[in-house]
Amino acid sequence: MQPVEERLELVRFKVDKTPHIRVNSEACQGCDTTACVYVCPAGLFELLGGEMHFSYEHCLECGTCYVACDRKAIEWDYPRGGWGVSFRAS
Amino acid sequence: MTTGQQFDAIVVGAGPAGSSAALALARAGLHVALIERGEYAGAKNVSGAALYAPGLLAELLPNYWEEAPVERFLTRRVIALLGQESALSIDFRTKHFAQPPYNGFTILRPKFDRWLADKAQQAGATLITSTVVDDLLYERDQVVGVLCRREQGELYAPIVIAADGANSFLAKKAGLQHEFKAGEMTLGIKEVLRLDAHTIEERFNLTNDEGMATEYVGFATGNVKGGAFLYTNRDTLSIGLVTQIASLAQQRVKPYELLDQFKQHPAVAPLVRDSVPVEYSAHMIPEGGWAMLPQLSRGGMLVVGDAAGFVFAAGVFLEGMNFAIASGLAAAATAQEAHSRGDYSAASMARYRQRLEQSFVLQDLKRFKRAPAFLNNERLMHMYPELLCQAAENVFRSDGKPRRKLGHTIYGTMRRKVALRTMLRDGWQAARALFF
Repeated sequence: MQPVEERLELVRFKVDKTPHIRVNSEACQGCDTTACVYVCPAGLFELLGGEMHFSYEHCLECGTCYVACDRKAIEWDYPRGGWGVSFRAS
Repeated sequence: MTTGQQFDAIVVGAGPAGSSAALALARAGLHVALIERGEYAGAKNVSGAALYAPGLLAELLPNYWEEAPVERFLTRRVIALLGQESALSIDFRTKHFAQPPYNGFTILRPKFDRWLADKAQQAGATLITSTVVDDLLYERDQVVGVLCRREQGELYAPIVIAADGANSFLAKKAGLQHEFKAGEMTLGIKEVLRLDAHTIEERFNLTNDEGMATEYVGFATGNVKGGAFLYTNRDTLSIGLVTQIASLAQQRVKPYELLDQFKQHPAVAPLVRDSVPVEYSAHMIPEGGWAMLPQLSRGGMLVVGDAAGFVFAAGVFLEGMNFAIASGLAAAATAQEAHSRGDYSAASMARYRQRLEQSFVLQDLKRFKRAPAFLNNERLMHMYPELLCQAAENVFRSDGKPRRKLGHTIYGTMRRKVALRTMLRDGWQAARALFF
């Protein structure tokens, strides 16, 4: 299996300082479905010691995480215009 | 009345829907703004990508395929049922799809969408890239413009066309679309793999500019509900999965692991051998069809393309960009009519839906409205493909033992897993969803 990080190395990102994803970790408490961990195509969510960790830098901007989260814990917006992912060959 | 720049129409999102609308409006002499959040049109856009009914765009751009960044003309269509270690395919090809206006071609969205937005710009549209639209501006109940995420970001126009894609925050903010449920949306992920043109033509049995599109069902996505695709471009392959979001979460599998698994399937591995990954991408797809259709307009506003959920996912069909273009053109016609009458009321905007009802856009979605629910059937997704592969294996197996007649072999294989009554019921539902 190819690690997802290797795949993301092929993608161009212009990373903004301000995250465009916010996770309300209080709402994550006791969540056992952790849908975000599985559905995110960039593998940006990780449950470590019962706490949700995420990064926004390599987000492919699909929106799947906030749709999948049944606790509505993910606040998701587009990055600033011109920032974020730029597909070149897809 | 208002400060800020004034246009005759504002289009949000420079995908196929938005750029088609902007192009048509600019041609009609309207002062139109086309706003795109990517650093260029196409930067955020992902499809398989097969553009069907390419003749639609030729109304505005005759013979555009001669200059547009088009990859290959689709003359070969394959539907493959995957078992765990076997595959059973329908492989169709025709010369009739090899002549203009063609039946479909493969494209790469960052290149094609950028080209199409440039066409709109050349026709006179004002293309504004690197700009997110955060909200709509209203006057009483009427939409009168948009708020961009920048200093003095108000732009005004008596009509706003929301072409802001699958997530369409604008359709939701305008109260036209509901919050999505995980069961209505699918996630598409994709890899573009480099392989020289000659090898592609040899490997996929193609000549010159001909191309192939294969849709896979069955074991393509393990136990997750979904399917896979493989398209040939000029010197790359597009390979990917479309998986139902709720099902991914339920099965606790990561989509890219499924993609790895799919690429190793014995029917797929030889096709992608020696290719080199170029890019990885993902996008959400509104596959809910007729059942999740939003309200398509209100005073001063129309919703087009993915933003309106115009994706036709019905088994052998997986189309979106042609629906996007047709809806963009219908929106442009409605806007043009409203402009000449000076009437942007909700009633005037409702003409848009009437136009779509007369076109394939709403007719296909309505006619096949049972397809999404039917295709969601666990047996259809996984069991039948596996069983049909087994049945084929039993038919073709030659082991020196006496054979039974074909009907006995096939029915005998199927019956072990599915009761006849269930098969008949599924057959009846298939007939209603897709055939009659």
